[in-house]
Amino acid sequence: MSQFYLTALQLSICLGPMALGIFITMKIFNIPDITTDGSYTLGAVVTAVLLTNHWSPLVVFPVCMLSGAIAGVCTGLIHTKLKIDALLAGILVMTGLYSVNLIILGRSNVPLINMHTLFSGFSFFHTELYNELSVALVIIIILIFLLRYLLLTDFGIAMRATGNNPVMTKSMGINNDAIKIIGLAIANALTALSGFLVAQYQSFADINMGIGIVITGLGAVLIADALIIWMNITRIGLQLLLVLAGSLIFQLVLAFTLAMGIDPNFLKLVTAVFVLLIVALPRMSQQLRGSISNNGKT
Amino acid sequence: MISLQKISKFFNKGKPTEVIALNDISLQINKGEFVVIVGANGSGKTTLLNIIEGSQLPTTGTIRINDQDVTSLPEYKRSRWVARVFQDPHNGTAPDLSILDNFRLAALRTQGKNLVIGINEAFKKKVQAKIAELGMGLENKIGQAMGNLSGGQRQALTLLMSAMDHTDILLLDEPTAALDPKSALVVMNLANKLNRELGITTILITHNLKDSLAYGNRLIHMREGKIARDLNSKEKTGLLLPEIYQWFE
Repeated sequence: MSQFYLTALQLSICLGPMALGIFITMKIFNIPDITTDGSYTLGAVVTAVLLTNHWSPLVVFPVCMLSGAIAGVCTGLIHTKLKIDALLAGILVMTGLYSVNLIILGRSNVPLINMHTLFSGFSFFHTELYNELSVALVIIIILIFLLRYLLLTDFGIAMRATGNNPVMTKSMGINNDAIKIIGLAIANALTALSGFLVAQYQSFADINMGIGIVITGLGAVLIADALIIWMNITRIGLQLLLVLAGSLIFQLVLAFTLAMGIDPNFLKLVTAVFVLLIVALPRMSQQLRGSISNNGKT
Repeated sequence: MISLQKISKFFNKGKPTEVIALNDISLQINKGEFVVIVGANGSGKTTLLNIIEGSQLPTTGTIRINDQDVTSLPEYKRSRWVARVFQDPHNGTAPDLSILDNFRLAALRTQGKNLVIGINEAFKKKVQAKIAELGMGLENKIGQAMGNLSGGQRQALTLLMSAMDHTDILLLDEPTAALDPKSALVVMNLANKLNRELGITTILITHNLKDSLAYGNRLIHMREGKIARDLNSKEKTGLLLPEIYQWFE
């Protein structure tokens, strides 16, 4: 049973970069970016093709992130230069990426069994899962540290302000369009990194593995957001850690659901209902409190 | 300093809903002048400010700042000369960011935003000293989110932020419209101080006709997209409030 939850922990860490990417687009830039579904698969697909061609995982790592960044730049350019709604821009790029991914992969599924991967390159423990867990943990900790630094820099302040008040930032000499494109590039590079990690962890890349993955990231960010508001967290480093915690809670709930014996066919439905509850419960509780206080006044 | 040549601005041009916001306006504003603009709603005051700031581009005409043609420059590029305080206190600051973060951005208005952490102890002390001048007791709350402050506090800080970096031109678009009288006085006195002590060319739009007499050394009356009156300091000195009221009849 503990192995079952450790697997959920490992998956939540592998999906952590994607959750951080969605945190950047949704909470910092206030942009609903659906490119995620495509750039996640893109990361996995690029990983599979390059690893099967015997590239070093350490070289595949930046190449994957670059491919995700390019996808983000495409969404950013469509949104800012063609003035198309960010949601539609993301849907367009995601749709286009399906064909691109299929062309790169050459078929619908590529196994990575017995391949030299990032996880197999290190052996800190005798147990494979512990090794994978430690490698993924080191990556996500470095990533959170770097993101924290980025968001505290002058450039990071400009990023945060752009999502918060774009009218003000223009008068502060900030090119909102350029900074949004850079933000989308960073977010999708992180998403592709998740694809890179998950493909190696699961030992395969599949053309459909990204379908609906944005909901998983969104759920993690919504959980984190609820915790940030509840605990009144203002420190950026802690907010980023809570995004990772959100990813973990989300995966544990799904693991628990499966452990209860629910048909795996219902997994996507359970995911959707869980996200719906995260969004709806705080609002319903607010409405309830409002109606109680109103009744008290009358 | 600021030179507007034959500026016109049309909205919905060629359509039945066409509006002429500015109609062939030419205007010279010298360095250090404090120009107050009054006029009825829809007379083109805010459009004029938007065109100087760059948030709207003119349909025809040219704009020069410091002898440089800036007609087609976007707003963010004009920020190297122009700072603005909006009518709505919420527009001038980022509410979720701390006071300190907002001031950091303001301090870099004419500079690049690089990958360095610029907020250090020296910067914190500099911001605290600036804010203490307001006498609002906000200097010890610089870590607080800007959104927690009142409209008057935010507007005063926005004005202070405009002087954190080099500024040639300060645009004030009805900055006291949403403020109580006490906060309005703080904001207007600060604007006056910035103009006098730093020599920042200031353009103030106001519906408060008492302010139009109390502040500035030039008074412009706009009507239907044109400059109806342009009074210099001497002409403005003898002006009485009832006379200005008559302009609006």
